[in-house]
Amino acid sequence: MNKVLMQGNKIIGEAAIRAGCRFYAGYPITPQNEIPEYMAEHLRQQEGGVFVQSESEVAAIHMVIGASAAGARAMTSSSSPGISLKQEGISSLAACELPAVIVNMMRGGPGLGNISPSQGDYFQATRGGGHGDYRVIVLGPDSAQELADLTMDAFDLADRYRTPVMILADGMMGQMMEPVIFKTPKPRAYPESFIMKGAGAGKSKIIRGLILDPLDMEEHNWTLDRKYQVIARKETRHELYKADDAELILVAYGTSARIAKGAIKRLRESGLRVGLFRPITLWPFPTNELRDLAKKVENFLVFEMSTGQMVEDVRLAIQGRARIGFHGRPGGVVPTPVELANVVMHKYDRKEGIVDHF
Amino acid sequence: MMKQVFGRPKSMKKNIFHYCAGCGHSIAHRLIAEVIDELGIRGITIGVPPAGCAVLAYNYFDIDMIEAQHGRGPATATGIKRVLPDRVVFSYQGDGDLAAIGIAESFHAANRGENITVVFMNNAVYGMTGGQMAPTSIMGQKTTTSPTGRNNVLDGYPIQVSEIFALLPGTAYIERCTVNSPASILKTRKAIRKAFQYQIDGLGFSLVEILSPCPTNWKMTPIESCHWIDEVMSKAFPLGVIKDLPAAAKEEGKKGEQRHDG
Repeated sequence: MNKVLMQGNKIIGEAAIRAGCRFYAGYPITPQNEIPEYMAEHLRQQEGGVFVQSESEVAAIHMVIGASAAGARAMTSSSSPGISLKQEGISSLAACELPAVIVNMMRGGPGLGNISPSQGDYFQATRGGGHGDYRVIVLGPDSAQELADLTMDAFDLADRYRTPVMILADGMMGQMMEPVIFKTPKPRAYPESFIMKGAGAGKSKIIRGLILDPLDMEEHNWTLDRKYQVIARKETRHELYKADDAELILVAYGTSARIAKGAIKRLRESGLRVGLFRPITLWPFPTNELRDLAKKVENFLVFEMSTGQMVEDVRLAIQGRARIGFHGRPGGVVPTPVELANVVMHKYDRKEGIVDHF
Repeated sequence: MMKQVFGRPKSMKKNIFHYCAGCGHSIAHRLIAEVIDELGIRGITIGVPPAGCAVLAYNYFDIDMIEAQHGRGPATATGIKRVLPDRVVFSYQGDGDLAAIGIAESFHAANRGENITVVFMNNAVYGMTGGQMAPTSIMGQKTTTSPTGRNNVLDGYPIQVSEIFALLPGTAYIERCTVNSPASILKTRKAIRKAFQYQIDGLGFSLVEILSPCPTNWKMTPIESCHWIDEVMSKAFPLGVIKDLPAAAKEEGKKGEQRHDG
């Protein structure tokens, strides 16, 4: 397979189609418009490929519910305010145990916010997002290659666990161009028995989230929870970068991790032993892996394009075993590696200065 | 040897309806099931029940069913139908579901001309939640949230969904019926059958609005409720075929042929 130069949003569209996505519904919102545009052109060229420009984000996610129940690999995409609107349907997907892929190209918030890259939706994504006791698998790509790979993986994970999977990236990832190689996806392995296509001569099926008896609903919640525990055990992913001899570990994901890598190169040139811990799955968070790292590293600095959200998961993982600092740029500001390097350099010399800011 | 003249439709499960005495839902359910049996489409039909009293419709229909969140039935049905175009897909919606919280999903499914059928139960109140004012509550109607009667200044006007949807080029067939008498029930059955047949023939979006009694929340007896539909409700929501594009096209065709022959 040849390397091609593509824009992030289009990479997601192409990877989804190659992964067998045959239904996409979406509503225009910046900075992810190239995804619906790509699907309108390319998904419709596939046999059985359906693209619907929906009347709203709400309608889009409920179309995805129908398409998923009917047996199609289904996807929708949006950006922060639109993802808020989709939460009703994401909660339903989780409740009804239906697979689907949701892409969030985050932008500055809260409210309408702006259209610049941001990481302000981490809480929403990793805590379920909508109402009720549930989780969504959240993948945080940091390169064009990962946009392609994780989009394909997202469909497999959604099928395997019959649960919604979110790609959590931002306007930067969506808009930038990078070379990418599309791998050959595995053939879909989704049991026919899960698909609703009319009862035929057999027994009729019901797909529902309404369970009026509290004891039955409790059991459903525990059933989902057991599934989430399996996911947490088996599907956690992370990357370590220059961490072997590090005295200070940056913790960052997505665009922040890219910036962190640039900063680390500079810091290393100055002789500072700084490494990176990059969660690839944001839920499940690589808690144990980070905790293990805290056995040998004493200083952690969490860097996010937010006022500090993932830092809470870092605290939960490290549980006081090491010092944790935080640097954040919310609201759509994308700092340079130089800025981050300066922040780290400032704190590196005075490690006692790295203290939890709470 | 006795001949069976009445029985449970094959598309219905052997469960007892939970609906109140005099409620129109059970009648509408039965009519839909009878039509499904008649058309022999039980195995290829997928129903989308709403939030509201009919949320438990899947306890009664012996067909594949997927629950929709409040108002989202036509969006869910769109997803199913686009993936499985040869299946018969219908959503079953109340007035709050269709005309308030789900007006966008319903309106746009109609506007796209999705080849689905909507059975629209209009009982002029929110039944499940205890009789609050609905978008179709009529002027002056007393409900728990319009205690002095619906007032246009405070509450706006009842929405004539069928008439509005009929203006959309995407809709093929729209009829408003009721289920307050044996004659009207038979008429409703014919309307549902026509809607499903049109869908099978690929003719586009069809909607059957059913003025449905809700004695519990109207605070009337079932008999009084049936009278209220005739005397009051059907004045605000006139019964009859509101749009029948396929029939009109057929008529045009005939005329054309006649002209041709002449």
